[in-house]
Amino acid sequence: MMITFRLNDADVSARVSAPTSLLDVLRDDLGAFGTKSVCEQGECGSCSVVLDGEVVCSCLVMAADAEGSDITTVEGISADGLHPVQAAMHAAGAVQCGFCTPGIVVTAAALFDTNPHPSKDEIKEALAGNICRCTGYGAIVRAFEDLASG
Amino acid sequence: MTTTIGSRVSEMAGRVGDSPTRPDGIEKLRGEFVYAQDLHADRMLWGATVRSPHPHARVVSIDISPALAIGGVHAVLTADDVPGRATFGLEQPDQPVLAGGEVRYWGEPVAVVAAEDHDTARRAAAAIVVEYEVLDPLVDPEEADRLDEVFRRMTIRRGDPDAAGSVVVEGYYEVGMQDQAPLGTEAGLAVPDGHGGVDLYATSQFVHVDQEQVVASLGLDSGQVRSHPAGVGGAFGAREDVNLHIHLCLLALHTGRPVKMVYHRSESFTGHVHRHPARLWYRHHADDEGRLVRVEARVLIDGGAYASTTAAVLANACYFAVGPYRCDSVAVDGAGTRTNNPPCGAMRGFGAVQVCFAHEAQMDRLAAALDMDPIDLRRRNALVGGDSMPTTGQTIETPLPTIEVIDSLLAMPMPGPDIPDDHHHLPGGSGLTTEAGDVVRGVGYALGIKNLGFSEGFDDFAQARVRLTAEGAIVETAAIEVGQGLVTVLAQIARSALGVSQAHVRHVDTSQIDSAGSTSASRQTQVSGGATLEAATRLRDAVLARYGGDRLDDEGVWKGANLVAPMDEVAAAGLSETATFRHPPTTPPDENGQGGVHADFAVAGHRAVVDVDPELGLVRVVRLDTAQDVGKALNPESVRGQIEGGIMQGVGLAIMEELILDNGVIRNPNFTDYLLPTILDAPDVEALLIEQDGSWGPFGAKGVGEPPTISSTAAVAAAIRVATGRPITRVPVRPQDIVGV
Amino acid sequence: MEFHHPTTLDEALDALDVGAVPLAGGTDLMVEVNFGHARPDHVVGLRRVEELRSWDGSTIGAGVTWRRIEDLGPKALAEAARTVGSPQIRNAGTLGGNVATASPAGDGLPFLAAVDAMIDLRSSSGARSVPWSDFFVGVKRTAIEPGELIVSVTLPDELPERQAFGKVGVRNAMVIATVCCVVTRSDDGTTRVALGSVAPTTVRARAAEQMISEVGTPTESDLAEFARLVSEEVSPITDHRSTAGYRRHASGVLARRLLERCLT
Repeated sequence: MMITFRLNDADVSARVSAPTSLLDVLRDDLGAFGTKSVCEQGECGSCSVVLDGEVVCSCLVMAADAEGSDITTVEGISADGLHPVQAAMHAAGAVQCGFCTPGIVVTAAALFDTNPHPSKDEIKEALAGNICRCTGYGAIVRAFEDLASG
Repeated sequence: MTTTIGSRVSEMAGRVGDSPTRPDGIEKLRGEFVYAQDLHADRMLWGATVRSPHPHARVVSIDISPALAIGGVHAVLTADDVPGRATFGLEQPDQPVLAGGEVRYWGEPVAVVAAEDHDTARRAAAAIVVEYEVLDPLVDPEEADRLDEVFRRMTIRRGDPDAAGSVVVEGYYEVGMQDQAPLGTEAGLAVPDGHGGVDLYATSQFVHVDQEQVVASLGLDSGQVRSHPAGVGGAFGAREDVNLHIHLCLLALHTGRPVKMVYHRSESFTGHVHRHPARLWYRHHADDEGRLVRVEARVLIDGGAYASTTAAVLANACYFAVGPYRCDSVAVDGAGTRTNNPPCGAMRGFGAVQVCFAHEAQMDRLAAALDMDPIDLRRRNALVGGDSMPTTGQTIETPLPTIEVIDSLLAMPMPGPDIPDDHHHLPGGSGLTTEAGDVVRGVGYALGIKNLGFSEGFDDFAQARVRLTAEGAIVETAAIEVGQGLVTVLAQIARSALGVSQAHVRHVDTSQIDSAGSTSASRQTQVSGGATLEAATRLRDAVLARYGGDRLDDEGVWKGANLVAPMDEVAAAGLSETATFRHPPTTPPDENGQGGVHADFAVAGHRAVVDVDPELGLVRVVRLDTAQDVGKALNPESVRGQIEGGIMQGVGLAIMEELILDNGVIRNPNFTDYLLPTILDAPDVEALLIEQDGSWGPFGAKGVGEPPTISSTAAVAAAIRVATGRPITRVPVRPQDIVGV
Repeated sequence: MEFHHPTTLDEALDALDVGAVPLAGGTDLMVEVNFGHARPDHVVGLRRVEELRSWDGSTIGAGVTWRRIEDLGPKALAEAARTVGSPQIRNAGTLGGNVATASPAGDGLPFLAAVDAMIDLRSSSGARSVPWSDFFVGVKRTAIEPGELIVSVTLPDELPERQAFGKVGVRNAMVIATVCCVVTRSDDGTTRVALGSVAPTTVRARAAEQMISEVGTPTESDLAEFARLVSEEVSPITDHRSTAGYRRHASGVLARRLLERCLT
């Protein structure tokens, strides 16, 4: 079956023949490699996208269920140059291997959209579903504390 | 001289000592960086692997016909299809490319398929019928030791075997099996070149050694296989061994098409080696004043089914079994066993992690027996530059600021004594299990020591080439960037050595440059950095000589106040220099484990502040501060990143990360049940960098990647002991261990 | 594959009747799909069915997400909601999904057990409501019949004034409960204690409830006896996450602490 949805402000279509995840369709069919596949069970947040206004794990969305939906990935967040969360992470040295980075960008962008000055605890609660294995989270927290104080 | 890191990253000069932003940072932030998982080629097929469901079995038959009958399947390969050497391995080639008559661990590859798409490949793999005769697995490392099923035994004997102390403490300790769990799983693409050769782009830590093993198993000439550095999403030791590399090349050459493979997460848990679980028996002797008189240890690590790097990990564990302390009478016996458990190999810390947990517990026990402050005991016995290693007798030639580490830790401010009253800061978090009145706080200290670089006479070198072009300086290397920031620091070294502001790293493949060695053993900054410094320095000298100048910068070559050659002209000359850097030679141990076995050392200390709910056995690590011997911090912000990341892995091993084995089968090969620390589990960290001149690394740099993982686990365990009075003799600590049920 | 996108409950029920598998937030079903344990080729997506997302007083639509329950739910259910997975999971996962999956470790389920919630079912041929204790019959097994859909969960109009929730896990986020518990206490002393992860289904510690409900002002030794009774009424297992002994011990400790919270 063909599915159609809005991806980063453009209409896209894909053919799905199985209960494939949105994550697999983004990567394998639509060439949107920014969203990462890491755990396949919603335990790491690396596949985070915005679906109809909410941050969700795209590995847990059945692609066919995204019919008619509005989806934003890391590519969409970067569309007009660097988003403030990306600039903040870059300046703070919060990127090492970078595999968790797109998921964190999507999640943090959604946080700052609704709460421009989150506290340290609010930053951590918002990112509780995003695992990073390289940084120990220190630089990530500093990046967003800096952004929150600006 | 010590440095405390400031919080701002410099974007200005980008030279050694600055903290420029990383050159691949923007790409990674925008999701544009190409990882091995993202590679694509025209007419690409997808590969999948059939794996043994048994830890030990005879392979009776393999029926591949159901897979071949599926439309879109292009190849199904088994052991008979391996044209060259049937086995591979980092230390010994003992691991079958594809299992022949016998499978020896749960998840061992038996066959591989290539098909039109990912889904078809997985279905084809599932359709293959393998008949097994199930055999009893050997899973107890002590039984394996008794049966002499070992990859290596180590014997270390130094000093008077009859030395005895007036105070003796003994202990038995266990360390569970940790996994590196990099977020990027194993992935790669192999592209046949149409002339019988192949180009491989795969997750790796050492492309040259991958290439050698592919060449051997494919029965090709070396020039026919090129292994290219690819984007890697973390490694921590999991990428040193070959896993899908030979499979991909086999499938590509067999089908004549590019073949891609990406391991899914549970497969990844069987697809790479793990940290060796360990059992450790110790006896420490001291005199009445607390001087160590003798240390005896028995170290048993389980290497699982195949050799991987067990021999080297065992050696390391034995060499660092005493820790950073002076002791003139030492006896260590070690064994790395062969069992039907999953193969174990390199993980950040490489044997030193396991013994550090034990030797630091022993030092605390000794302090208690002596009625002495545990820090004073450590200070009294601290191993410093110029001393002899307690185990190998090697004189420590570079500075070893153990006393400064201790003093720095003690001087770090402690958090206020009040336990906060809000669940964000209590054990149990949003689970609301615990209130401030249920909490006891404990503070624990630990010290650790690690070697830097490869040891025991291994010819450890790296090659780098530096070119001067219109785009600035280019550093060519096969050294693998796994996230640690090598691409940043090599460019900094080039800028500092040449005097130009533009420099970047270009990754080249095995046919274009000689080996850079492994991205492991905390060695790349020192060894590839050393090669880069040497090449860049020679290049500068060559440029100055060519144009008769005395200074080089962005504008070109100057002689006095005259610009004798503008940069365009210099760049057009296409000059380059290639350097191969070797660290000071090491020697293999003698039959008693004695000798100049290591190239360099680094010491670090950790102080953990933990809040424990003793009734429920829940732990929150509030702070984990550290002082680390870094030689010279070439990029302080990157060093801080390595320290914070390593500390988090140390905390993980202390309280939550363990692969649970049940008769050789991994019960929790997924992220629901193999628990990685989240942002809510991260302690606050202050990192003090201790800089002292004297190391052979570029500008005096020492490697920094591993020390953060070595004593952080032990510090958390020590803090839990202080808070609860429980002995805590195994890590990870589980709630039931604290409660005592 | 065939995928239905109903916007009304009747359309959804019609799809069920022709064999479609229901899909709400996907946080349980898609894990099965991703790991190759399920491959439904006929699915009905429930995200767009407005009736399922309604929240009418005590009747919470099955499609209401944990995110909304965090903000709007009764105290102990909201506290439970805050521990479900991660923010991403809470944006997608639903109360109805938690009920339908019927895992013994389901975070929202002890609350339903403690308040004796009703599970409201609809099929194309009718409607029925089943009390929680009759609905959750075994590990991942419920009393739902083919063609039936959970449409809402109805709580009693009057909920106990004092409620407390707790969940024991080894990590501070995204953790499957080792033990979870809800305790409620009304002004007249009536106490309810429900636990998860300590038996095949949720457990009501009825002997402990009875004992403590009769004590107006429990003393330390009353609380100790209460904890002892709770730990006797659970039947936990040892698995890769924890041991039976620890779960039994933690049940008593947690229930006691939650009761103390209700008493202050």
